Amino acid sequence: MIKRFFVILLLIGLGAVFLGLLAGYTPDAQLNLTASYYANHTAQDLGAANIVTAIIVTFRGLDTLGEVTVLFLTAAIVGLVLSQGRRKRDDARRELPPTGELLTTGTRLLVPLILLLGVYVFANGHLTPGGGFQGGAILASGVLLLLLTDPMRRFGHGLIAAIESTAGLFFVGIGVLGVFLAGGFLDNRILPIGELGELFSAGAIPVIYSFVGLKVGAEFSSMLVNLAETEDL
Amino acid sequence: MAYMGIATGFVLILIGFYGALTNRNILRMIVAFTVANTGVNLVMVAVGYLHGRTAPILDEAVPVAEAAARIIDPVPQALVLTAIVIGVGVTALMLAYALKLYESKRTLDISKFTELKW
Repeated sequence: MIKRFFVILLLIGLGAVFLGLLAGYTPDAQLNLTASYYANHTAQDLGAANIVTAIIVTFRGLDTLGEVTVLFLTAAIVGLVLSQGRRKRDDARRELPPTGELLTTGTRLLVPLILLLGVYVFANGHLTPGGGFQGGAILASGVLLLLLTDPMRRFGHGLIAAIESTAGLFFVGIGVLGVFLAGGFLDNRILPIGELGELFSAGAIPVIYSFVGLKVGAEFSSMLVNLAETEDL
Repeated sequence: MAYMGIATGFVLILIGFYGALTNRNILRMIVAFTVANTGVNLVMVAVGYLHGRTAPILDEAVPVAEAAARIIDPVPQALVLTAIVIGVGVTALMLAYALKLYESKRTLDISKFTELKW
């Protein structure tokens, strides 16, 4: 009881801090300097219609590389932690109740469509509110649906690892090409910028974001597969 | 509008912390952390909101020449996209550790894990 009292006291203090922040906050009327630079220069310099994508893939591309690395590390650590002390119990598998007809048929119908949507979302990341991270998460949701239908299904770790490492290599490789062919690391102008709003525009942004999408999809899938493969305790 | 978003985010953070501090079940604590995480993201996006403007995508509604006067701040949105992805990674790690803890003691009650308590 006394513990809960302290928790509530702490939260009241935190709430007072938040209230002070809220009272002192005045919304901007104009974009700040950085944001207006991005707003004014994205179209003619990079040719991307989606300014958020231009920031993530090109202006702050190095941060995205770091972010993908963090995600890779997470997937690797999840695999490492879960594989330790995993018992081989192939003979003593728990009998699972059969998956319903609805889920089985629905999965067969939906998984190709989900994969298609994922590819669409990351290939159009420079034009629409989408991109590699969102598209990758959609791809992984297809894998999750497959796992829900058949929890004992086993995916090839080799395939997932191959997709992930190839995509990562191409991501870095395109970045290095930018050093030689254009203005610097991860510069998107190694390919022609093209017409604003076309699918094949914005230089290397759609290519880079597609590789990011594949990599993120593979990483999320490997986390899901690793969590699913822990034998029921 | 921006105030409402920020206030909602703060309330979500407080709810998340309350849940994480009062629940004894590790899975519930993880869920509470994700609620707090969502609150932080909401606050950051709401700070970038400017009244009467539209999303930072150049199309018919936002001609290139007037972009700086028509769009909301794209920088917090890019930041939050990063934060969401890292949040997924953190949640996955917490779940993996929770599973390991359950394997070692066959319980998810945090008060049963007393090795580091003094």
